[in-house]
Amino acid sequence: MGTTLFERVWDAHVVREETDGPALLYVDLHLIHEVTSPQAFEGLRLAGRGVRRPDRSLATMDHNVPTVEGPITDPLARAQLEALRLNCEEFGVPLYATGSGREGIVHVIGPELGVTQPGMTIVCGDSHTSTHGAFGALAFGVGTSEVEHVLATQTLPQRRPKTMRVRFEGALPLGVTAKDAILGAIGQIGVAGGSGHVIEYDGAVVRDLTMDGRMTICNMSIEAGARAGMIAPDDTTFAYLEGRPGSPRGAEWEQALDHWRRLPTDPDAVFDREVEVDARSLAPQVTWGTNPAMVAPVDGLVPDPSELSDPADRAAAERALTYMALEPGTPIAEIAVDRVFVGSCTNARIEDLRLVAGIVDGRRVHPTVRAMVVPGSAAVRRQAEDEGLDAVFERAGFEWRQAGCSMCLGMNPDVLAPGERCASTSNRNFEGRQGRGGRTHLVSPATAAVAALTGRLADVREVVA
Amino acid sequence: MKAFTRTTGRVAVLDRADVDTDQIIPKQFLKRIERTGYGEFLFYDWRQDPAFELNQPEWTGATILVAGRNFACGSSREHAAWALQDYGFEVIVAPSFGDIFAANAAQIGLLTIRLPEAEVRRLASAGQLTVDLEALTITAPGEESIGFELDPFIRHKLLNGLDDIGLTLGHEDEIAAYESSRPGRVETTALPV
Repeated sequence: MGTTLFERVWDAHVVREETDGPALLYVDLHLIHEVTSPQAFEGLRLAGRGVRRPDRSLATMDHNVPTVEGPITDPLARAQLEALRLNCEEFGVPLYATGSGREGIVHVIGPELGVTQPGMTIVCGDSHTSTHGAFGALAFGVGTSEVEHVLATQTLPQRRPKTMRVRFEGALPLGVTAKDAILGAIGQIGVAGGSGHVIEYDGAVVRDLTMDGRMTICNMSIEAGARAGMIAPDDTTFAYLEGRPGSPRGAEWEQALDHWRRLPTDPDAVFDREVEVDARSLAPQVTWGTNPAMVAPVDGLVPDPSELSDPADRAAAERALTYMALEPGTPIAEIAVDRVFVGSCTNARIEDLRLVAGIVDGRRVHPTVRAMVVPGSAAVRRQAEDEGLDAVFERAGFEWRQAGCSMCLGMNPDVLAPGERCASTSNRNFEGRQGRGGRTHLVSPATAAVAALTGRLADVREVVA
Repeated sequence: MKAFTRTTGRVAVLDRADVDTDQIIPKQFLKRIERTGYGEFLFYDWRQDPAFELNQPEWTGATILVAGRNFACGSSREHAAWALQDYGFEVIVAPSFGDIFAANAAQIGLLTIRLPEAEVRRLASAGQLTVDLEALTITAPGEESIGFELDPFIRHKLLNGLDDIGLTLGHEDEIAAYESSRPGRVETTALPV
């Protein structure tokens, strides 16, 4: 029986394993941000411990940072960012601070720096660490105690998860993006369907995707409950990585390629679970509820909870519709929005921005909509400006912001007002996620663009055609 | 971490599926750099509603939370586990948990117990429960004990109040041997600044 990509990466990182105990897994790269690390550094100090491998750690500022220029006015946010700066200084951890020109959302900068590489294990105190799996790395989110554990030991005791393969067969129809593919898959698997599993995404759709699209897919693995998502590295992966600051060079590059090419899952490998998603029948997806599995095609209707057989599902759907102020049977494409957010570790890379710019170029944001674009990193922002995308956005009436997590989780001043409805390219539509009482519809960058232009969750296939 | 062996306490019930950690501790409280004091912010937004489950007087002082399936899914924020513990909960019983939350809870000595949905429903009406980690049982007053399963490694750590990091550092020689046999390709300290 063959071996899966996940098994290869896992097996190569087991430092020790006892019968009946967890494996002690070596961590190749530890990414750090300001929100989930201060208590971990404090724990090290209290125990008199150091950071074992600062050279395998990298910190940035993303969750809290304002996306407008100028000083940080929130004293708590300022204190947390300052704590990260001091902690990194004290423990020798490299930090890309706000204003360094290399900062950005932790899951955007890892790949763009080339420190996210195939076959690695990567952890971060953030559940969207699964993003890095797009490179064939085993990457997963951990809590603050585990952050401290990795800082102190560069390892983590972990139980071996189960394996699951999600195959996207066919090709994505016009107007349907990687975001729609993963939202559709989550709708099919359910919000807990991937629990206890590491997902490998495969199929013609995935092989045809660019790295930016693959990152969007892996990013949302956690929204199906999975700890991690992975995609086999191939020539697309290698072309992306070649020449980046953290990528190997010369003879080391050749050695790395040789290693990376041996990582993909064997044809006869067996997964604990297999799911198939028919990409040909996928429409642009829009969430209608308060978790990412509450999703419908843009040409569909808000569902009727009374048609659900499971009482817990029914109660959750009823509660979600009340929170979202939606009536069953409403056509999704007729739902009006007040705000549009293009950003987050799901969809704020350069290709996402190009896609939005291509749709809004020469048009105007609907007069009742406030729309903003928050690039995923300072580098994405620079590149967008080099390509003139900032001018396209501003001419159309979008706000063009500094990099950060921003309104994906609303820890900075970018929040929805109570009752405001937002088309968002982010990853979570939980109650209050983007601001207390705010209503989030998760969509692709293309759908966000047409929502900005039309003021409703319109079908990109009709608007652009 | 404090050792956990046995507890008897009042039960509070949150009969909702897929409660996410954003609800358990909303983001505005993640800006604090302390590890304690999150209990007063537990379910902050939901608690503004007088009808919210934990606002019910009969559940004041509960130490055992009986919850719906996929409890504490979503964000990795350990603040959710801190808040539940700081509020007074010692045990959470649910049909299933978010993976990262369950790991975080185990790190701080907050016991999470998985049981089939029907048994969870039955326990929800118990009013009071005794949880015995040595015997791996939950008992409602006047009823027969129900057994539960727990990762033996986590059980051992909880029973003895062991620090994970201390345990791992005991294997320092093996970590060092691993590192010397597999030099990494990435050196973050060598990146351009």
